[in-house]
Amino acid sequence: MSEPLLQVRGLAKHFRLKPRKLFEKPPVLKAVNGIDFDVEKGQTLGLVGESGCGKSTTARLVLRLIEPTSGEVTLDGVDILRSSRTALRALRREMQLVFQDPMSSLNPRMPVGVSIAESLRFHRVGTRAERHDEARRYLEVVGLSRDYFDRLPHQFSGGQAQRIGIARALVLHPKLLILDEPVSALDVSIRAQILNLLIELQAEFGLTYVFISHDLSVVKRVCSVTAVLYLGKIVEIAESAHLYREPLHPYTQALIQAIPVAQPGAKSVSEMGALQGDVPSPIKPPKGCAFHTRCPHAMERCRQEQPPLLGVGSRRKVACFLHEGA
Amino acid sequence: MTPAIEPILRVEDLRTYFNLRTGVLKAVDGVSFTVEPGKVLCIVGESGSGKSVTALSILRLVDAPGSIEGGRILYRDTDLLDLSEAQMTDRIRGDRIAMIFQDPMTSLNPSFTIGEQIAEGIIAHQRVGGDEARIKTVELLRLVGIPHAEERYHDYPHHFSGGMRQRVLIAAAIATEPDVLIADEPTTALDVTIQAQILRLLADLQRGLNSAMILITHDLGVVAAMADKVMVMYAGRVVEYADVETLFSNPQHPYTKGLLDSVLGLDAPADVELHSIPGLPPVPVNMPAGCSFRPRCSLALDVCAQSFPELREAEPGHEAACHAVDAGLARS
Repeated sequence: MSEPLLQVRGLAKHFRLKPRKLFEKPPVLKAVNGIDFDVEKGQTLGLVGESGCGKSTTARLVLRLIEPTSGEVTLDGVDILRSSRTALRALRREMQLVFQDPMSSLNPRMPVGVSIAESLRFHRVGTRAERHDEARRYLEVVGLSRDYFDRLPHQFSGGQAQRIGIARALVLHPKLLILDEPVSALDVSIRAQILNLLIELQAEFGLTYVFISHDLSVVKRVCSVTAVLYLGKIVEIAESAHLYREPLHPYTQALIQAIPVAQPGAKSVSEMGALQGDVPSPIKPPKGCAFHTRCPHAMERCRQEQPPLLGVGSRRKVACFLHEGA
Repeated sequence: MTPAIEPILRVEDLRTYFNLRTGVLKAVDGVSFTVEPGKVLCIVGESGSGKSVTALSILRLVDAPGSIEGGRILYRDTDLLDLSEAQMTDRIRGDRIAMIFQDPMTSLNPSFTIGEQIAEGIIAHQRVGGDEARIKTVELLRLVGIPHAEERYHDYPHHFSGGMRQRVLIAAAIATEPDVLIADEPTTALDVTIQAQILRLLADLQRGLNSAMILITHDLGVVAAMADKVMVMYAGRVVEYADVETLFSNPQHPYTKGLLDSVLGLDAPADVELHSIPGLPPVPVNMPAGCSFRPRCSLALDVCAQSFPELREAEPGHEAACHAVDAGLARS
């Protein structure tokens, strides 16, 4: 096992909301509520979960785009959360973010080549001519033509725009790429193109990825390790192959069960929908295990105590009393 | 396809065009299909393939610069294109043919309670009084699985989660027990566990009412679970049309095959490269002659550049629009 590139410990973000009534105590939304994980060099960690589980907040915390309430984030031995502003600026070259909606993350009036070179200008790399050359080169790296330099974002399709988003992140030679739902907005036939590109680039540049997605079948393809989040906490984390073959947490099981299978007769709609109800509000999370309101196996204890995330075997951790001491 | 049941809706050679400054965008270009009571037709295709415009055309909800340029939309024996706007509103839309949209937030009026919005439709179409409409609304809310329906009647759309809002829209759509339910990506905006609940609800209601359903989706997993028949669209045209088992077990058109191959199954081995269809879908404006899939097709022949392939029966009940299939090349 190599040294982890990224280490996250006890990371939490509690948003204080506006009180609804005068003199009311402001409600607190615990978007991320104490999570730990490591990502090893050259590996991909998948973060999966439904809307509001804290996936995207985690991404922003790791990059320190928002300040955490507590916790530690270490990139290659450097503590990101205690770095000064200038140190952070340099650190941000090492870790880049790729957004879900490629179109809205590009300046519509700026030629895409200039958008890519802009990252270099911000970090004061090279001369203008060198930066533009580098931008052209990276257009080719992501499978586009260097002649696209002067085109505007609206001249590209969603898949091409996402390639540009990836080029803009890669041009800085980062170690870590955080991919926030990078293929969710794309059509099925284009999705595979972008996933293949990401897999190739990872091998070529030795990149480490944190891959955020609500789509478990995508995560399974690209991630060596998968963490499942529910209401701001990791409920299960394991090597992807293990997690999918034998999910232990009832929520992981339900997530996998709910995915339709592209084969008639393989899974009926009644077989998909084992889980009742909605995800509870993160402002008023249930007492005890946050999942107990929807869990088919909930016991009295689950309504009172929060199950800790404990190791089951050597390569998996689960936060569920069903697997305590297993 | 030889349906034992008489179709309730028959669309013939539908053409819906948009007159843009840059030319004519043929969003739907000669599309024909039928739906039968109690059956589900899934329309599959990528963004811009004409799925949603087909649905909107059936209800005559296409706005300028778009217009229906030709074809027939036969509901029972009436061509909907011959009806007046008033007849459409009174008798068809939200009555015999109801639609469920993708985004449940934008299809509800934020300034009325959800109960009022459903009751309004019932009063308009069923000529009943306010009290009766209210009772019926509460029943419907209960039927679609909204807990505490009587209290939730008085809540506004923003009080509901995405999944619950979609249930509200489904309640509104089935209020008149429509003969045809059109659902345009009804679960795309929802989380996967909520999607499963909504699909199950739709399937149960559609069977219970013996309605015909047109379900538009890009998710082949949803197709496999819900469809009886499948229509694959590409650049405004139907490229393949078959019953669901046939389409998945014996796809003919290279585009359908590509789509099926690029599905990321949970069981797929992790080490092989993902299949992808090269290139991009075209924007159907000023299209050159020939097959619109040709630039992305591995089987393209000379003839594919000259004429658009007609939809032909590849085997009984299974149609594909492909010159290579016609030439017997696509058999694998």
